[in-house]
Order: sequence, then C-alpha cells, then structure tokens
Amino acid sequence: MDYKWNWGVLLQPVATGEPGTYLGWLATGFLNTLVLTLLAWILAMIVGSLFGIMRTLPNRFAAALGTAYVSVFRNVPLIVQFFIWYFVVPELLPASVGDWIKGLAPYTQFFVVSIFSLGIYTGSRVCEQVRAGINALPKGQKNAGLALGFNLAQTYRHILLPVTYRTIISPLTSEFLIVSKNSAVASTIGLLELSGQARQLVDYTAQPYESFICVTLAYVALNFVIIRLMGWIRNRTSLPGLMGN
Amino acid sequence: MFEFDWSSIAQSRALLAAGMWITLKITLVAILCGLAGGTLLALCSIAKSKILNTFAKGYVSVFRSIPLIMLLLWFFLIVPQLLKAVFDLSPSIDIRLVSAMVAFSLLEAAFFCEIIRAGIQSLPKGQSHAARAVGMTPVQSMRFIILPQAFKAMLPILLTQCIVIFQDTSLVYVIALGDFFRRATSIGERDGTLVQMLLLAGLVYWIICSLLSLTVKLLQLRNSHD
Repeated sequence: MDYKWNWGVLLQPVATGEPGTYLGWLATGFLNTLVLTLLAWILAMIVGSLFGIMRTLPNRFAAALGTAYVSVFRNVPLIVQFFIWYFVVPELLPASVGDWIKGLAPYTQFFVVSIFSLGIYTGSRVCEQVRAGINALPKGQKNAGLALGFNLAQTYRHILLPVTYRTIISPLTSEFLIVSKNSAVASTIGLLELSGQARQLVDYTAQPYESFICVTLAYVALNFVIIRLMGWIRNRTSLPGLMGN
Repeated sequence: MFEFDWSSIAQSRALLAAGMWITLKITLVAILCGLAGGTLLALCSIAKSKILNTFAKGYVSVFRSIPLIMLLLWFFLIVPQLLKAVFDLSPSIDIRLVSAMVAFSLLEAAFFCEIIRAGIQSLPKGQSHAARAVGMTPVQSMRFIILPQAFKAMLPILLTQCIVIFQDTSLVYVIALGDFFRRATSIGERDGTLVQMLLLAGLVYWIICSLLSLTVKLLQLRNSHD
C-alpha cells in the first residue's frame, strides 16, 4: 500500500473558507456526540422507566401499552426509526405543526430528531431492564409495602424503585455505552457528530486513515469515561450484602 | 395531511425483493462466520494460555467499543485495498457487499464469543471432569459433552442476536450498498414516495422481527419444560 500519511492535515485551516481547522471540526463532532448521547440517555431513562413501571402494574391496559411500545421500537432497525422521525412524522402531523418543524434551522431539526429517535429507541431497551429489575424483586417487598399502609405509588417510590435501580446499574451501563455508539446513526440524517465529521473530513482532505483513527479513538475514550462514571455511581449506590456489587 | 399512494409499491416489488435478498445474504454470512469465529474466540478466552485469553479479550473489547457505522466505514476503506493486493480480484466483484460481510462477520464473532463463553461457563464443572474421567481428551470433551449442551442452553440468546444482526444490516446504508432499506429509500426518492416507502420498510422489518421474536419465546418455553 502506498498511502501518504499526513497528520499535519488536521491542523490545516478548513477548505470551506470558514475559520477553524479540521481538528476543530472533529472537536465539534465530539461535542455533538457527547450532547446527543447525554440528552438521548436522559430521555431514554425517563421514557424507559415510565413504560417499564407500567409493564409491571396490575392495570391490564397500562401493561399492554408498555408491551406495545417495546414491540414497536425494538423490532424496527434504528436507522429506519431515524428516517421515519425525520421524513415521515412531520408529514403525518397537522400541516401547521409539520410546516413549523420543517421551518426550523436544519441543525436544530437534526438535533431534535436525533434526540427523539435515539432516546425513544433506547427507552424501549431501558424499559425491559427496569421491568426485569422490578420483577426480580421478591414478591414480599411489594406486599409488605402495601401491608404497611403505603398506596401503590408510594410502594413503588419508596420501596421497589430504590432497590431496582441499584440492582440494574450494570445492564444500564451497557445500555449507556450502546447509546453512545448508536449516536453515530444520527449522521445518516445529516447531523455532523463524530462519524459524520469523519466522513466530511475524508471528502475534504482525502486522508481517510488519519480521520478514522482520530474518531475511533474518540469513541473509545468516550466509552472509557462512561464506564468510569457508571462504576463510580455503582460504588456510591451499591446495596450492601449482594453478590456482584 | 399526506395522501398515500400504495400502487407505486407494487411496481417496485422486484427491486425491493432483490434488496431483501442482499440483506439476507449479509445476515446469513454474518451468522455463520460469526458463529465459527465466536466459538474459536470463546475457546481462546477459556483456554489455559494467557496469550490466547488476552487476545480474545482484546478482540472483543476493540470490536465492541467502535460504533457499527465506523466499523463499516473502516472495512469499506481497508477491504478493497486488501483484496486488490492479495487476490488481484476482477472489478466485477461487489466490493461493498464483500466489505459489509467482512465487517459484520468480524463484529458478530465478538458478540457470539461473549454469548458462547457465558454458555460454556454456565455448565457445572463436573461435566468436563466426568468427560475427562471416562477417558476423553480435552478436545473430545469440548466437542461431544460441553459444546452441545452449551449451544442448547444459549439457543434463545443466539437467536435473539441473529434478529439483532438482521436489523443492524440496515446500517450498510452508509456505504451505499443496495440492501432492502437502501433500495426502499432510493425508490422513495426517485418516485417522490419516500413517506410510504419508509413506512413500508418499517412495517416489513417489524413483521419479520416480531415473528422471529415470537419463535424465540416459544422455543424458550419449550426449553424450560424439558
């Protein structure tokens, strides 16, 4: 292979005439990946917890709604979901809302759509973890709560959920890592996060290896930070007396 | 509101079917090569040799920490040059398809390795001790005692992973390979029917994956009655 390495290209000013270097592009991409990952993860935790709890409720309707949510969002590929949120949903909404969405700045649109797609998709995975965590608790916990005079909401709030979340931190860590990797799919609808910037860099500089190596290392670094962060949270919240904590 | 025009879908049936065939080809190659590679890696990771352990661990963590899209881009960059350098291939070979197959096979080897290793380690130690005690070599005990039981126990998880692979192949979009999803979007863009093509693609994936998930659930039930 006669490939000419040129790491200096990263420090060159970008060819579009805008201020900044190619390294700056990568930094922007990293920031976008970071923000998208965090916001999508927060949305996923909220939506996933809500539906996960619903699936364990005695109410048949709520449980069925939770099951339907998981069935739809887990059985359609993520990229298809991104495209449907981006191209289809604005068309199906009433014209005024659809036009308002389409009138937003492209960058805002990419970002909002990406957060929704990624967050709600990941929510279906979080939902399964939360449900499994609640179902794994001994039946006596819930019964004891109710027997003490807590209502159902209080039993969940003060007894079931605090234990559940502390037992499912490991699977949630994997899900968090998966969100950070899945955020790369946002590049397919036009958001210039890390992998999007990597491809743009190749188009402008024709130095694919430098660009791909930087971006790959950035993802590995992000993974490392997430693992450390979740490890810290796990240590702070671990339940005494359990195996594996 | 949007007006649906479903008649255009009937006209593009053949193209979509060809795309689905590519999707299935990648999925099948990824499952077969991934299983073979994953089994080898799993054996490496439980072997007595420190070097093999480290190799398996490193392989798995590298492939699991890179986003699939980056992996596909990497292999689309490397594989064509490698093929040219090593095999001097004719240009008629579909480079995109081969790159995607290589990327998915290597990635799924990492995922299958984790599943198979967990399956082997979930068996009681007495199984391999008993096999050795009746005179089997380590290879024979793996081949006839451990692996058959491990594969049976982890069948539901393996099948779930196959469904995940089937869904993930849609990401070959980024290297412009004409799989089912890519064709659906390009037909939609060509005819101005993107909205219903996307809904159709979602529906097709949903039906196939739901049926497969249901099969896995039934299998799990049957397994638990044994």
